[in-house]
Amino acid sequence: MRKIFQYGLVRGIFGQILGMALGYGLVTVLQLLSGARLRAEPAWVVGGAFGAIGFLIALGAFTDWFRMAKGENVPEPEEIEEPQGGKRYWGLSYDHKVIGVQYGFLSLFLLVLGGLFGLIFRTELLAPQLQFLSFNLFNTLIGLHGMVLIASILMGIAAISNYIIPLLIGARDMAFPRLNAFSFWVAVPGALILVWSLALGGFETGWTGYPPLSIRGPMGVQMFFLGVWLVGWSSILGALNLIATILRMRTPGMSMFRMPILAWSVLATSIIALTATQLIGLSFQLVLFERLLGMGFFEPSNGGNPILFQHLFWFYSHPAVYIFVLPGLGVISELLPVFVRKPLFGYKWVAMSSLGIALVGFLVWAHHMFAAGMEEYLRVPFMYSTLLVAVPTGVKFFSWTATIWQGNIRLRVPMLFILGSIIIFLLGGITGPMLGTVSTDLHLTDTYYVVGHFHATMFGGYIFPFFAALYYWFPKITGRQMSEKLGQWQFWLLFIGFMVMSLGQMRIGMLGMRRRIADYDPAMGFQIPNIIITLAGFMVAISVLILFINLYRSARFGKVAVGNVWQSRSPEWQIPSPTPQHNYPVPLRVVGEPYDYAGGSEQYVELDGAAPAAHAAD
Amino acid sequence: MATQTSAVEHMHSYAYKLRTSRIGLWLFILSDSFVFAGLLVTRFYLLGGHRPELEQMVGVIVTSVLLISSFFMNRAEVEISRGNRKGFITSTAITMALGIAFLIGVVGVEWQIAPFGPADGAQGAVFYMMTGMHAFHVLTGVVFLGIILRNGLRGHYSPERHWAVEAAANYWHFVDVVWIFYYPALYLIGTL
Repeated sequence: MRKIFQYGLVRGIFGQILGMALGYGLVTVLQLLSGARLRAEPAWVVGGAFGAIGFLIALGAFTDWFRMAKGENVPEPEEIEEPQGGKRYWGLSYDHKVIGVQYGFLSLFLLVLGGLFGLIFRTELLAPQLQFLSFNLFNTLIGLHGMVLIASILMGIAAISNYIIPLLIGARDMAFPRLNAFSFWVAVPGALILVWSLALGGFETGWTGYPPLSIRGPMGVQMFFLGVWLVGWSSILGALNLIATILRMRTPGMSMFRMPILAWSVLATSIIALTATQLIGLSFQLVLFERLLGMGFFEPSNGGNPILFQHLFWFYSHPAVYIFVLPGLGVISELLPVFVRKPLFGYKWVAMSSLGIALVGFLVWAHHMFAAGMEEYLRVPFMYSTLLVAVPTGVKFFSWTATIWQGNIRLRVPMLFILGSIIIFLLGGITGPMLGTVSTDLHLTDTYYVVGHFHATMFGGYIFPFFAALYYWFPKITGRQMSEKLGQWQFWLLFIGFMVMSLGQMRIGMLGMRRRIADYDPAMGFQIPNIIITLAGFMVAISVLILFINLYRSARFGKVAVGNVWQSRSPEWQIPSPTPQHNYPVPLRVVGEPYDYAGGSEQYVELDGAAPAAHAAD
Repeated sequence: MATQTSAVEHMHSYAYKLRTSRIGLWLFILSDSFVFAGLLVTRFYLLGGHRPELEQMVGVIVTSVLLISSFFMNRAEVEISRGNRKGFITSTAITMALGIAFLIGVVGVEWQIAPFGPADGAQGAVFYMMTGMHAFHVLTGVVFLGIILRNGLRGHYSPERHWAVEAAANYWHFVDVVWIFYYPALYLIGTL
């Protein structure tokens, strides 16, 4: 028994259960004492909040901060020598590489969970009428599919940025390692609470949680709000850390325009995540209090206005999609030069286009509300600002095309995923203007066309680049290479499965299939397309299964990665794999441009005193 | 080579880390201000030209108390950077007392005498949420002041090293600046 409690995660979950019981009991006792009517909902909300605090205390995330507050000296995080070995991945660690892997595990776990939710309701859609789900459970599943996967994406980009960014800029760790560990671990109870909503009656609103429905529905929605709020803090504090790291921890001599391009994308993403995330937290908080205390924010019969919720909600949730895709687009720009052996075309323009997307992304939120009964004069300005996003995004596409142009393409698995993401993101991009234009949006709004478009942007902008990054940096993390053969199987299954699914969704959407419905009229002829979409969805699931087999097998039996596996100029490949404990043995020295592959001889960075890793022959 | 090594050593110095911490705090304040801005938007969206029926005298008093507290907060920081520990302790204690007085004024007085509750329409929702969110921040600020007061009494801060004091002070000023926007939005702008 004592042995299990050595694992921080186990301690944390135990602490969460204790905290939850404490919070629940406290509110119930107070209700009994005051003679008020017994209500379970406030008890669950306070229990959920106490549970999260209990998790973090039991894990030990607050211990050092408490000691600091008491005026005791705590060691500098970079001077702590943590024990090596697999055990530290299950508890609190301040090493950015450990935290990056922890983020990766959580992200993949949530990816499977959210994907399973999707498969369940897709199976229900195989035939008209209800087969095995209730209406409420169907709605809960579509809502959780959305939010669990959003959490998965946030964890995934945090995994990439945490592991890779300090390596790319030559830092020993992040700027605030304790805060970094806290940012990861606060997401764990958050994710648990999010899924706990299933046990409390679910919720009917879908992932957007629109009032007045969310004010009236079952109380599972409270756990949904609380879980998202916690995951949101994880994202905010992680972003804060990344901005500080990129601004302050670069190795001397690495100016902003000599950073690897991924750092620019992560910087742009973090600026959005740092600020806009507060607004989804606020909007969900307001509904939470409206339900608990009867405050009249959004319920029209009590003086509120539901449109206000949509403004606050989309002020985050639109820029959120740029949070999701910018790191992915950065991965594309980062890996393309390695695999076509050419400099990245228009480095400065690509760097600025990330900031441009982030900036314009703040000005477009109301295009989600064209059909919501919003103030009419807002429609046209938001249409124009929305279409303006295509300009900085187009800069990236021109850069990628020009980088590939006449390049010496090496079709390894990461490159396959990069090409796949460019094609699919293009599909997502060119299906967007129909939704951004008011007249066509009024026809397409709330149909499966939106679902198809959105999934194309997410797969092109996040899923494919994330897998590319996984294949590309896996040897850096584990010291072993992933299987190329399984990787190719995964890629083709995913690519074809996804294309069929997304295009099928767009097609039935245009024919009039509404999104978020459990039932459809067989006379409309949607059954065959729905069967095809569901089968394609299972194809996507099988491809992810192959990824897991590949991850497991390669981590244990894969070919040992020697030296610079991809012949990259990037600094992290100039040191042995897996990455040594404190990254670089000596400070990096920047002597050239990051992507000067055509020049050949000139290096990007120099490691004084340490021999660069031998270039392994292919 | 030599310049490289010294540049790296510089990055591990206290002064460099202090500036990194400052950036971290300012980023947090930027992030937090979006919450307050969102509530301000909520107030004008729901109430527009209407203002809640509040006791003007209480508003003037709590606002003055909070503004004066910022003066003493600044004194505390100046005193510790001059090495005057006694002056630092006095000023911090006064700031804390004024902060608590502000909380009593808002939560203990204004909340009790307001002619509406949190469930009474949009004005109740807006008023209690805005003052509640702000009061929560003042409360955390008071807790930080308590921590630096305790550690200051034990002599943990020197003129060169008092980042905790600086952070608590900047946070305190930020919460004060928020009230400079909230006070007119709740008490002055619009008609009853």
